[in-house]
Amino acid sequence: MSNAVELINLSCHFGPVRAVDGVDLEVRPGEFFSMLGPSGSGKTTCLRLIGGFEQPSAGAIRLFGQDAGRLPPYARDVNTVFQDYALFPHMNVRDNVAYALMVRGVGRAERYRRAEEMLEQVKLAGFGDRRPGQLSGGQRQRVALARALINQPKLLLLDEPLGALDLKLREEMQIELKALQRSLGITFIYVTHDQSEALSMSDRVAVFNQGRIEQLDTPKRLYEYPRTEFVARFVGSANVLEGSAIGLEGKYALRPERIRVQAGHHGGPNCLAGELLDVHYLGSQTRYEVRVGNQRLTAIASSDEQELPIGGPVTLGWEPSALRELEVAR
Amino acid sequence: MSVSLPAKTLRRRVSDLFYLRPRFLLLLLLIPPLLWLGIIYLGSLFNLLLYSFYSLNDFTGQVEYRFSLSAFGQLFSSPANIDIVVRTTLMALAVTLACAVIAFPIAYYIAFYTRGGSKTFWYLMVLLPLWSSYLIKVYAWRLILASEGVVSWFFDALGLGWLLEGLLSVPVVGGTSLSNSYLGMFLVFTYIWLPYMILPIIAALERVPKSLVQASADLGARPRQTFWKVIWPLTVPGVAAGSIFTFSLTLGDYIIPQVVGQPGFFIGQMVYVQQGTAGNLPLAAAFSVVPVVIIAVYLLVVRRMGAFNAL
Repeated sequence: MSNAVELINLSCHFGPVRAVDGVDLEVRPGEFFSMLGPSGSGKTTCLRLIGGFEQPSAGAIRLFGQDAGRLPPYARDVNTVFQDYALFPHMNVRDNVAYALMVRGVGRAERYRRAEEMLEQVKLAGFGDRRPGQLSGGQRQRVALARALINQPKLLLLDEPLGALDLKLREEMQIELKALQRSLGITFIYVTHDQSEALSMSDRVAVFNQGRIEQLDTPKRLYEYPRTEFVARFVGSANVLEGSAIGLEGKYALRPERIRVQAGHHGGPNCLAGELLDVHYLGSQTRYEVRVGNQRLTAIASSDEQELPIGGPVTLGWEPSALRELEVAR
Repeated sequence: MSVSLPAKTLRRRVSDLFYLRPRFLLLLLLIPPLLWLGIIYLGSLFNLLLYSFYSLNDFTGQVEYRFSLSAFGQLFSSPANIDIVVRTTLMALAVTLACAVIAFPIAYYIAFYTRGGSKTFWYLMVLLPLWSSYLIKVYAWRLILASEGVVSWFFDALGLGWLLEGLLSVPVVGGTSLSNSYLGMFLVFTYIWLPYMILPIIAALERVPKSLVQASADLGARPRQTFWKVIWPLTVPGVAAGSIFTFSLTLGDYIIPQVVGQPGFFIGQMVYVQQGTAGNLPLAAAFSVVPVVIIAVYLLVVRRMGAFNAL
């Protein structure tokens, strides 16, 4: 079976701005694929290229094996959940959800029946007569989802769909979205700047930076084996050590939870002596800020009885296997 | 020790009062415009309505301040007066329709395809005609449309003189020249009121989020469907607002029909003549009630058609 999406050396330039700059990627059918990156990294433009809302400056887009780079959005078998939901304010919820059927000429009775089914699926049965303006943010989000799914697309694009929701609702929706994707078995491409969201939901994640993909991997490998300093710092938090400080060459990432903090100064391999700058008690965990030389390192440990005095000497230690060598910037 | 406040000067007391009683400040700010709107504007409108129910004593030429429907009787019993009402209304409808058709693409372009500097430029182009005197523009148009004017010269130069002749030979709308025909009057009205149609449509279009247009395309709607199902319904209030301007301005105008077009009277001229030369204030008032009623009916019809549903 051909890939759901193939981007081949895809670029999109707005004047001097290289929003997307030579991206290659493949999304497999049925995959939950995330595009993660800070704002301006090109992830949304990449999604909009797949949806057909932007035109590529160079490169190719293939959807399910067919060249789609020049197809208008209405000719693509792809639907989108927009960041601002983009619900039609002059239509009620039922007509919003049934819109894709209406423009295809499906009869009123049939399209309302299917709209009602869709609304049930997103737990909004009975909301058909309301206007979008009368719904809460979470409900609007579900309507947008129902509207995008009614045509049974093979590929659903989601542009930061949970960005406007509060934390608790966001976590609930993450679980629901993931369950929905599994039960429908369709491909999701999910754009987000929230690394924990991307890690918890995705099969694979592409990390974007300055219009390029820094790394494309499973969430676990992305976190455990970041290839570049950018990925190490953006996905989770990381201490980046110059090799020279620890008797090695190159640059290394070290996750805060892989560092042990001990009172006093001790010598030996795989450790560094420093001064404890600050302690943040977070309940189950405690975070330590430590100055080593002129660098500030963070360590996270399960909270225990040990109480270290701020300003006192500490030693940071780690297993050699916890160090991840990073590619030095091109 | 307590905190010492500066002495309570008058200014301070007033500031405190306004801060603590914001409604009082609002009231103070609103009283002048409310007085103006309520007494001078609505009051005189009401007075006008009142006058239309008085009558004119034919013998003495004095207004008799007793309830009477004679002014309306006079208005509707004369076929010439009915002609004036029908003529004015048809002209207003035609001008409104033409303005809407011409304004929409212009507004669409300005709202969706310009930004920053070029948007300012286009706004300026729309507003610029409003900077010059209405009278000058109307008289200029009379010259432009005259039989030896630019338009007929242009038609001749293109070898299309026969087309102009043909248009002018159409009964009712035609005439001896464009400046002496209803066609010419229609052109001038359309030109003069066009900005009042363009601006509300731009405002309405600019309020349509781009993402709605994209969502529509994403859901499989071709551009024509997106236009009629999404953009148009959301813009109708703007078109309705613009059409109220063009429609009522045409209904009430008494200069353009004097300068361009055929000798037949329009409502505005009739009001002007009746209250001035003829001194028949009740009939003038009755005539000016007509556009008010027509506009009210127009608004009801537009509302019934759902023009304001998207508001």
